Amino acid sequence: MSIALLSGEGFVPPGVQEFYLPPPFDAIPWLTKPILLVMLSVVIIVVFLHLASRKRAVVPSRMQFAGELVYGFVRDGIARDTIGSKDYKRFVPLLFAMFVFIMVNNLYGILPVVYFPPMAKIGFPLVLAVVSLIVFNVVGIRKQGFFPYFKNMMFIPGVPAYIYPLLAPIELLTALIIRPFTLTLRLFANMFAGHMLLLVFIVGAEYMLIEATSPLLNVAGVFTGALAIGLTFYEIFVELFQAYIFTLLTALYIAGATGDGH
Amino acid sequence: MDLSGNLTPITFGLAAIGSGIGAGLIFAAFISGIARQPEALSVLRTWAFTGFALVEALALIGLVAPFFLE
Repeated sequence: MSIALLSGEGFVPPGVQEFYLPPPFDAIPWLTKPILLVMLSVVIIVVFLHLASRKRAVVPSRMQFAGELVYGFVRDGIARDTIGSKDYKRFVPLLFAMFVFIMVNNLYGILPVVYFPPMAKIGFPLVLAVVSLIVFNVVGIRKQGFFPYFKNMMFIPGVPAYIYPLLAPIELLTALIIRPFTLTLRLFANMFAGHMLLLVFIVGAEYMLIEATSPLLNVAGVFTGALAIGLTFYEIFVELFQAYIFTLLTALYIAGATGDGH
Repeated sequence: MDLSGNLTPITFGLAAIGSGIGAGLIFAAFISGIARQPEALSVLRTWAFTGFALVEALALIGLVAPFFLE
């Protein structure tokens, strides 16, 4: 990467190898850090949601309020606004699970000690995108029937007939390949880039403050360190935002499949 | 002069131009939309972020492509 240009004196910039950590237990080679974190996230989510919904009171406890805040946001802000008030309710569990799962896994990226977003390994977002792909296609086929679904998808009304040979394959490709591909890449790349960004700034600040000999670099290291803290807050925003975007796009695809064409 | 390194950051910069302009246009339209009709916020927000996500995807593909093609 470009940092290699600047590294004269033994600074090793972080690279892709930072994502291939050795497994914590030698006996179980498949149990890597991201897999452990994902398993842990399920435990965290179950415990949190159980505590939040255990005592359902009219005047909510602090825990219940936090749970309701997230649930209300997904139900009203994402599901109802996009799918419509008629049949949004059966998709709320899926969307809520997706949102909370991605959110907790992303927030690992800035959690002290952990500092690793599992979604920066492309396998995890890929599975979520495949779930989304299956759901919106199955919903569309069930609602409209197999051939009408693909017909409505490919032959958009109101377009001149001579455009169809060009447009129909594009629409088919969009629904079946490009949508899951971009869903995967968006989440993966944001987490990957965010983690890399933090690493560059934190490792760089550490090098400039402690290991570098020139006082000029030491002074610059202070700014780098301050920027690393600022970027951590920016990462919190990006992590929450990506959870929102992933859920919102899934909801939009479902809405497109349940609606009658365009 | 002797330069060594990799040109991929420059290509990413080129890829980011389009996305940058696109995201700017989307949010400009989003903000002026809210300014004209504040009650349309929830509808506009959904579509603004959808458009933003689509635009952003191109820059992100540019960002990860060097790692795949390496």
